[in-house]
Amino acid sequence: MTNHWRDIRHADLILINGANPAEAHPVGFQWFMRAKLDRGAKLIHADPRFTRTSAVADMYLRIRTGSDVAYFGGLINHVLQNNLFHDEYVRNYTNASFVVKDGYGFNDGLFSGYDPDKRTYNIATWAYESNARTGYASRDLTLQHPRSVFQLMKAHYSRYTPEVVSSITGIPVDDFKKVADLVGQMGKPDKVMTIVYAVGLTHHTTGGQLIRSGAVLQLLLGNMGRPGGGMNAERGHANIQGNTDHAISWEILPGYLRIPAPGQKTIADYVAASAPKKSDPHSWNFFGTNYSKFMVSTLKAWYGDAANKDNEFAFNFVPKPAQNSSWMSIYDQALKGKMEGLILSGMTAASIGPDSNQVRQALGNLKWLVVMDPLPTTSSEFWHAPGVDASQVKTEVFMLPTTHWIEKDGSFVNSGRWSQWKDQVLPPEGQARHDHWILADLFQRVKKLYQSQGGKFPDPINSLTFAYKDPAKPELDEIAREINGKDLSTGKQMTSFANLKDDGTTTTGDWIYTGSYLDTGNLMKRRQGIQDPKANDPTGMGFYPNWAWSWPLNRRVMYNRASADLDGKPWDPARPGIAWDGSKWVGDVPDYPATMNPRDPNAYLPFIMNGEGVGRLFSNGMVDGPFPEHYEPVESPVANPLHPNNSASPVAFLYDKAAGRPNRFGTPQEFPYIATSYRLTEHEHYVTQHVPHLVQLQPKPFVEIPYELASQKGIKSGDQVRVSSKRGKVEVLALVTKRLGPMTVAGQKVYQIGIPIHWGYVGVSADSDPSHGRYWLANALTPFVGDANARTPEFKAFLVNLEKM
Amino acid sequence: MAAIKAGEEYGFFTDTSICIGCKACEVACKEWNQLQGDSPAFLADSFDNTGSLDAQNWRHVKFIEHVPDQSATAGNGTAWLMMSDVCKHCKHASCMEVCPTGAIIRTEFNTVFIQQDVCNGCRNCIAACPYSVIGMNQETGTAHKCTLCYDRLQGGLEPACAKACPTQSIQFGPLAELQQAADVRLATLHSQGVTQAQLYGRDDKVYGGLNAFFLLMDKPETYGLPNADNAKLPSRNDLGGYLGAAVTAVLAVIGGLVAFRRRGMS
Repeated sequence: MTNHWRDIRHADLILINGANPAEAHPVGFQWFMRAKLDRGAKLIHADPRFTRTSAVADMYLRIRTGSDVAYFGGLINHVLQNNLFHDEYVRNYTNASFVVKDGYGFNDGLFSGYDPDKRTYNIATWAYESNARTGYASRDLTLQHPRSVFQLMKAHYSRYTPEVVSSITGIPVDDFKKVADLVGQMGKPDKVMTIVYAVGLTHHTTGGQLIRSGAVLQLLLGNMGRPGGGMNAERGHANIQGNTDHAISWEILPGYLRIPAPGQKTIADYVAASAPKKSDPHSWNFFGTNYSKFMVSTLKAWYGDAANKDNEFAFNFVPKPAQNSSWMSIYDQALKGKMEGLILSGMTAASIGPDSNQVRQALGNLKWLVVMDPLPTTSSEFWHAPGVDASQVKTEVFMLPTTHWIEKDGSFVNSGRWSQWKDQVLPPEGQARHDHWILADLFQRVKKLYQSQGGKFPDPINSLTFAYKDPAKPELDEIAREINGKDLSTGKQMTSFANLKDDGTTTTGDWIYTGSYLDTGNLMKRRQGIQDPKANDPTGMGFYPNWAWSWPLNRRVMYNRASADLDGKPWDPARPGIAWDGSKWVGDVPDYPATMNPRDPNAYLPFIMNGEGVGRLFSNGMVDGPFPEHYEPVESPVANPLHPNNSASPVAFLYDKAAGRPNRFGTPQEFPYIATSYRLTEHEHYVTQHVPHLVQLQPKPFVEIPYELASQKGIKSGDQVRVSSKRGKVEVLALVTKRLGPMTVAGQKVYQIGIPIHWGYVGVSADSDPSHGRYWLANALTPFVGDANARTPEFKAFLVNLEKM
Repeated sequence: MAAIKAGEEYGFFTDTSICIGCKACEVACKEWNQLQGDSPAFLADSFDNTGSLDAQNWRHVKFIEHVPDQSATAGNGTAWLMMSDVCKHCKHASCMEVCPTGAIIRTEFNTVFIQQDVCNGCRNCIAACPYSVIGMNQETGTAHKCTLCYDRLQGGLEPACAKACPTQSIQFGPLAELQQAADVRLATLHSQGVTQAQLYGRDDKVYGGLNAFFLLMDKPETYGLPNADNAKLPSRNDLGGYLGAAVTAVLAVIGGLVAFRRRGMS
């Protein structure tokens, strides 16, 4: 989240897309209700299904899954055509005035620079025009230059008329216009709108652009950086934000530093290829400027004395992956027989998919599989799942019982970036060990092997800092201290990442967490909250600065410099983020130098982290287009109404095709219905299959079927049905409902079927069912394809057939 | 909330307009009261797989789908109704009236409580409860229902369901405060044009008033609740009722005499 949960109550309008907060985040949802109840905010929920969120929304719109770029695109067009954008903000705080290099273009669904053989873009064709005099990007603050971002954008989105939006999304023109009217009012300085989304936007081959389209709309309306505004991702697990921050993804190091690439030999090589570059004289480019400090301090934390100036701070110790190593790529490699073993910790590959049957095949190609989990999972049990001949599975599977989070202390980082320390509630049971103890013990054993037997390149193993009281059992408190980092010359904890250095005298385990654990103690433990709102929330804006700690630097709303005008006055004095009091910024922790006068001729532009210094309406940081464009899901019942020749994303990554495996995409003739997958409020991932009280609430796997379609097929609630895709099938119960229904898309009537994910062949329900859950894996249906930017699978839009059994 | 004190009246105000059907109340109740729950069964009734209140389910979220099959709908708590049902802790409690052993009492918090060591399992209360709240515990052979977390109240804690409710749809507190909060909430909804919103059991028209009362988004009948016309106990001091019965009896006697006389004449 750019903002945080409690902040949602400040919104005048709440757009919810690709999310179901009432069910997925019931506790955080109180702030949506507060906005509605206390200030009369309107909630607009666009979703394929009428959910428990729609039930309390002011307006629910039945939208076709995966078409949100068209929805936001239509809103962008409405705002641009009717001059409803926040003029001063757009001119000064976005790159609307930047001029794009000649040669950029968009034609029939393709941006310039496309290579059809490689299925990639040369994004150099999307660069800014360089100003010959300054060397920075050319700007035209009148926004009239034909190649200004503003004019290019206006032209790009002019195609997204209400009629076109309706044809793509299935939302009737009149209903769309009602939303457009409400959204159009949010560009006024005294109005603010928030957009809330979750994996319903990310799980598409256009996922990155689906989110960007919302962010672009928010920048146009001047809503980024403001309390009650922002682009807010609801994270799917109590600590998934912490996971991401600490580099759960293959392409980043902790704190979103890029993973080094082959060929980089020095820190300078690395920084040149990774850090944002300043493209305006008034841009601070804080991230780019300090990139080497963050990297060197990280290397110092990892390799201690073995990292020094003479050896480029052991930069050569860090792996430099030559190819994509994202989630699907792992199983792709296993399918190709290129992997020996795999350790799964805290997730079950066989269920989380996509294409569970193929993933299970991949697990069967391994020599060994280690599953670290508190309870049996579909991965630990895949070798003897119903229908599997265990004697044919050669993979040796080790189950290492781990503790549940309730059995350990540590931090949870919520969607709003608040790192909140928690205590251990129960002692571990049986032989269960903490995940980090298993990894630490494993590391000590591997290190011993290197020391006794030698091996290729032992230096990174032998030099790794492991300064814990018990190296086999590090305390989470010790790790938290280490993540914060320290000044090696004084031995004191670092107080801010602004003080990190690239001379080897400072350390950090994750620079964005620097400041969370000081010499005075662990700030994540702070609990000065609503017991005394007057003392603990002095601004009255709900920042509660002494409740836990949020990154970066305990800032509660990111980009908050943009919450105030050029003079530093809040756009809306009733809802200030920060304000210039004549000598300093007051309010939230400023996302800006604390004493920089906004009217100083050398004052920085408001978005200090990127090279432009302003928000990007046009981005050359994405690999699938500088402007979000609607593409159909890889499996769709219709051709793209905007450009049928380039219907789906031309750069989506098609794993099977790239690996030479048979294409397994279904046609609308064989698989006429759209399906989307999701979770229910009664479930947490897969672990709740083992919790009897929750199993009672949703005891059997089911699919939600539109009433009209069910009537045609003679299906009643409780009937057994088979839902199949080109990849697999599920055989579960039907729940017939009018909460899903027909829609007209590209002149054609289509139905969407809802498939809750949760069940499989382990747990209370499977144990008590004659089928033992043989065909209960929802992800048996989903396609093995990835978004071009992040390789996120397309879980939310695919084609199926439906039969009564 | 102020400290919970014996001698004051407590209850629940369940505001269904902000219920999101998460069922946290059901689970929290079972966890605190150590109820196992029934064996899992798919009921094919919206998202409800609990079915009814009984000995194992002291909170039950009802799901009533009236969602129109159309492209755009105003939700606003009226199209898919969710209601966390519970024992109403009636002022005129049928269960108490019929209990032959005196097992059912009114506590120092003015809640209705079944004393497990006095209950003889006669089931009279189960038949008498107009809300089908009570069930037989098969293991103990006694009648069970919501205790309004009597044990927690004695320890100064609010009931588990109210504690767990993420949207404050379930509010616990002194009855007078809850009634006041409910009046304010109703006025707000009415001012927003949500005219179908109504309070149920807030005043004495329903079984003399309910300690666990509700804000509903539709008629009580929609939720399977008796409306005010029907929500009355058979009473021992019903003068109108007695007079009516007496008149009926006199008429019957006269009618009988007339009939005999006619038979004699023929």
